[in-house]
Amino acid sequence: MNYPADFRYSKDHEWFKMIDDSTGAIGITHYAQDQLGDVVFVELPEIGKKLEKNDVFGVVESVKAAVDCYMPLSGEIIAINELIEKQADILNSDPHGEGWMIKVRIDNPDEGSDLMDKAAYLAFLEELE
Amino acid sequence: MTSLKRTGLYDAHLRSGGKIVAFAGWKMPVQYSSIIDEHQTVRTAAGMFDVSHMGEVLFSGPDALANIQMLVSNDISKLKPNRAVYTGMLYPGGTFVDDLLVYRLSEDTFLLVINAANTLKDYEWMRDNIRGNLVCENVTDQYTQIAVQGPNSIEILKKLTPVDLASIRYYRFERDSVAGVDSIISRTGYTGEPGFELYFDATFSDKVWDAVLETGNNFGLKPAGLGCRDTLRLEAGMALYGNDIDDQHTPLEAGLDWIVKLSKDDFIGKSALVEQLQKGLTRHLIGFELTERAIPRKGYEIFSGNEPIGEVTSGTLSITLGKPVGMGYVRHGFESLGTNIEIMVRGKKFPGRVVALPFYSRTRGN
Repeated sequence: MNYPADFRYSKDHEWFKMIDDSTGAIGITHYAQDQLGDVVFVELPEIGKKLEKNDVFGVVESVKAAVDCYMPLSGEIIAINELIEKQADILNSDPHGEGWMIKVRIDNPDEGSDLMDKAAYLAFLEELE
Repeated sequence: MTSLKRTGLYDAHLRSGGKIVAFAGWKMPVQYSSIIDEHQTVRTAAGMFDVSHMGEVLFSGPDALANIQMLVSNDISKLKPNRAVYTGMLYPGGTFVDDLLVYRLSEDTFLLVINAANTLKDYEWMRDNIRGNLVCENVTDQYTQIAVQGPNSIEILKKLTPVDLASIRYYRFERDSVAGVDSIISRTGYTGEPGFELYFDATFSDKVWDAVLETGNNFGLKPAGLGCRDTLRLEAGMALYGNDIDDQHTPLEAGLDWIVKLSKDDFIGKSALVEQLQKGLTRHLIGFELTERAIPRKGYEIFSGNEPIGEVTSGTLSITLGKPVGMGYVRHGFESLGTNIEIMVRGKKFPGRVVALPFYSRTRGN
């Protein structure tokens, strides 16, 4: 699976992508969806909601389990992916693309300094195996 | 994971792309392709499960029957050879040690099939409570158990055994060869579909597995993991030890009255159940469905309005029915079919109602 080089990754298996200087997109990684198995339900936040780094922004439920998703940076929700509310399995088939979950206006990009780049995340996954 | 046990089919699972997880002290495949795909395959064609982690205890000798009668709640004395029965093994307080199948292999030989997580506990319980002229032996590691389940299961196994499978009725079994290996061929299962459970010498694990896989290929059979075993049994309204039944609940509370024969001579737990009946039950295991899309899970609270009335023991988004279903215990008075309930899911209540079990039944024409 291709982990995009321009994404940053959290230890909770969320990804973060800068869209421009002040906004970004957030989703769960290929590894996360693979661990969960068939995703059947996604709960997303309301647009306009302000969340702190490490706050729960949503829930992904598979047949097996429900897991919380955490904000990799603080920010305001400016868009949610309504497509995955109807077709949750997109999180399995395209977690890094069509399966994005939310878009946020970020408070401070420096908060993302603890996120991993692609190489670090792949090394992190290696350790988990 | 080094201390986990492997079944004789561990390598076969890796060959089929099984995703291995720790389960009840074993390394077992939770899925191969996906839970949803395997679930639907069992409902529409056939699936093959490795359930060798289940425990088997062999009772033999002149006093075997009398001892099993004392250990379990159902009546084994009326069980003829080549038949099996589902029953409970209870503590003196009437709650479950385990639920199990008892196979009568001959007049004085019985195979008791128990849950993997309970095998050692059960075996110890049995040893502590038997007396007289009999042998009670844990033979779990000697057996491989494979479940072939689904509407195509008969057609597939027909090609591998000389037995007239169609003549084996539900909860009966024959002993004959499957793919050249002596097996117990049992018309039982945990999926709500027609199917068979095969028990045979673990030395021949791959031989039978590979033969069923190859023959089944033309009939849409796929290997199926523990993930869909759980979603299938839940749709079929079958209780799972550790979820829906346990050492805190009795078979009467679980709605399993039919496995309790108070008319037979004494058995462990009988007096407690008689007393429970006299006093009246205070809680009941129910089936429920939700009218909005949310997934009920074990441990979630059940409400009637603002009043907490119980707890979910199993729940899922039913793959066959496309709606959330579950089981749980509620206080007496809330168990009638149609009763409105709510399930608390992450701080929000979702409406539902008590419905009849099973949620899915092939003969009902779902």
